[in-house]
Amino acid sequence: MATVHINGAAVDIGDEKLNLVQAAKKAGVEIPSYCWHPALSVVASCRMCLVEVGEKKPDGTVAMQPRVVPACQTPAKDGTVVNTISEKSKYAQERTLESLLLNHPLDCPVCDKAGECGLQDYTFRYGRATTRMIEEKNTPPNKDYIGDNVTLFTDRCIMCSRCVRFTREISGTSELQILNRGHHAEIDIFPEEPLNNKLATNVVDLCPVGALCSKDFLYKQRVWFLKTQQSVCADCSTGCSTHLDYNKDIVYRLRPRDNPQAQGHFMCDEGRLDYEYVNAKERFQQPLARVEGKLTPQAWEKLGPQIRSELVGLARKKGDAIGAVLSPFLTVEEAYLLAKLMKSIAPKARLYLGYVPVRGKDDQYPQDRQGNPVGPAKFTIRAEKCPNRRGVEAVLRQLQGEVLPFETAVRDAGNGTLQALFVTAGYSPNAGQWYQTAQLESLKKTPTLIVQDLMPSTLSAEAKYVIPAATWAEKDGVFVNHANLAQAIHWAVRPGWFGRTDGQVFADLMERRGLLNAEGLRKELAAEIPALAPLAGNLGEQGVKLR
Amino acid sequence: MPIAEKDVRWVSPTKLSLMDRLYLPSIFSGLGTTMKHAFSKKVTQQFPEERPQLPQHYRGVHRLNRDEEGRVKCVACYMCSTACPARCIDIVAAPSPWKDREKYPEIFVIDELRCIYCGMCEQACPCDAIELTTLFDLTGLSREEMMFDKEKLLSVFDQTVKDGTDPVRTTSGKLSVASEPKV
Ligand code: SF4
Ligand code: SF4
Ligand code: SF4
Ligand code: SF4
Ligand code: FES
Repeated sequence: MATVHINGAAVDIGDEKLNLVQAAKKAGVEIPSYCWHPALSVVASCRMCLVEVGEKKPDGTVAMQPRVVPACQTPAKDGTVVNTISEKSKYAQERTLESLLLNHPLDCPVCDKAGECGLQDYTFRYGRATTRMIEEKNTPPNKDYIGDNVTLFTDRCIMCSRCVRFTREISGTSELQILNRGHHAEIDIFPEEPLNNKLATNVVDLCPVGALCSKDFLYKQRVWFLKTQQSVCADCSTGCSTHLDYNKDIVYRLRPRDNPQAQGHFMCDEGRLDYEYVNAKERFQQPLARVEGKLTPQAWEKLGPQIRSELVGLARKKGDAIGAVLSPFLTVEEAYLLAKLMKSIAPKARLYLGYVPVRGKDDQYPQDRQGNPVGPAKFTIRAEKCPNRRGVEAVLRQLQGEVLPFETAVRDAGNGTLQALFVTAGYSPNAGQWYQTAQLESLKKTPTLIVQDLMPSTLSAEAKYVIPAATWAEKDGVFVNHANLAQAIHWAVRPGWFGRTDGQVFADLMERRGLLNAEGLRKELAAEIPALAPLAGNLGEQGVKLR
Repeated sequence: MPIAEKDVRWVSPTKLSLMDRLYLPSIFSGLGTTMKHAFSKKVTQQFPEERPQLPQHYRGVHRLNRDEEGRVKCVACYMCSTACPARCIDIVAAPSPWKDREKYPEIFVIDELRCIYCGMCEQACPCDAIELTTLFDLTGLSREEMMFDKEKLLSVFDQTVKDGTDPVRTTSGKLSVASEPKV
């Protein structure tokens, strides 16, 4: 039990090992800091966090230290007294900011960070409004190229060295370094060794100013136009928590959201940049049905009942002649609905797990220049390139009794067992081609082939019915990651012209009335599937572990 | 409901005096006013043959200013479109093709029909790149015509500077604080 006194207020920090920045945060007090980051080593180089510190003696007297000390480097102990608003602290904050701004170009109008910039925020809160510097600023030229995804505006850097420490401590690849000393110090890469590791763009989030910018997002939007929704990356089974930044039904960027249960503070570039397909023009906008050999757009109000009655008719002849493939890109709720839909039409209907894309081996960081993992894992990009295999499997295990792999669906389609097959896909392009040509030959033998996918493919060209699918950015639901962590995703943009998510389509086909409510549905499925019982409660921002 | 007798007030016209009844003094005084105006300085303008001289702070059609090298001065910071209460400024930014700047507007469109001519864009601009001119008689035959794009807005600058109606009012330096030293 340790009690720390922040600006006169006592806060109990328990047994946690915290520095003063963290302890103050517990008390709701902000100590400005640049170089310190919870996931990186402490260097205490920026001096932004200087505060007046003292100690409360057992007899109640307080002895303050004569000099201000860096809060990020000072451990919080029982009886520590911190004053962030004393004359001394304020003086230190103001002078530190003034010296940081001496050579700063202040090109906020053209700087992508403006609006979420640490320098802007702290200058506004702790700095002085005017500069006393009358000499010409030292503005080193920008770097032409430091990496494929990241660009460096050298003159905006405040030398916090977070980016350098990230490449040394988290990615382990050590591409970045500080060149020169003192006034001439600047960040750079080694010649011919660009910053191209798979975690590179994290330095953009780490950079407190606009020195490191994402090439993908550069100049696309001013950040104050963006709205943010909490989501989960769908690119691999790590299931990184993300902020999904969007505006007017367009997704502009993904940023990692700190979640110690999932991935920590960071995310990989592959996942971060794999959102373009959400905005793609080529996506299906309307349901299609084969009329006289050609796929033609149909009104869902007519097509839905038509598909349903066709499935019911086929199931009446032979119960196990209808089946559905549940893609690992479906949310748990959607998988449950589709499974219920098929089982309600025919209890013997076959449910298969969709193709599970696996590429290479798990990629563990930090790693050395040869790509071999070094030390304990701080970040892992998983080989399984889908977000919800475990969630779908849990549904299948309960409602089908076993997990039939995609190959079984192909086999059953090929040998004519299946009269109707409802194939859900929605794979991200990063997951790669999800069926082989030989599998296509088998699948297309199904007389009633229903394909629900994002974009036209050789399979959708063979389908009898095509239903537009929705992406993770468009639906509410739950993804279960590799470690059985169930995290909620939330819709941010609308699913195109068709306007229905996969779950809504299934609900319509089940003749459930009204709009889908993911939370209500979770309660329903949690009651039916014991493995998913924790989903009935509040998932919070960081999700809940199953079992 | 009929009006109660006690609420009715009877009024009768005042009696005219002899001078009043002659009418001539009134006629001559009216004629005098007419004659005074006929010979005093005229204020009516023969619009459109004659153009009014409007004060410099008049808020008419926008223009996009050029810098000394004739390039668009705007750096695509979106301050104007953020400030605009009518949401009528549409900008698409891109990396600038010039060495001394990082960003420039690839597309810059103002919907002059939607604009309420409040002048907030001009106030918001950190680079003195957008200004409202004294051009006021804006007409067009279609809505599309009234969407002023970058070229059109620059041509308004050229025209108003050439005609001398709106001299450059720029106060900050080369490209304001948003620029970097020339290389
Ligand atoms: S880093 Fe921050 S203060 Fe510097 S130009 Fe960019 S927004 Fe402005
Ligand atoms: S580039 Fe950004 S993160 Fe790196 S040292 Fe400079 S300010 Fe810090
Ligand atoms: S004058 Fe006002 S309404 Fe018109 S573009 Fe400028 S800010 Fe918008
Ligand atoms: S405020 Fe000025 S510099 Fe910024 S986008 Fe508008 S016109 Fe361009
Ligand atoms: S945050 Fe403490 S010195 Fe930089």
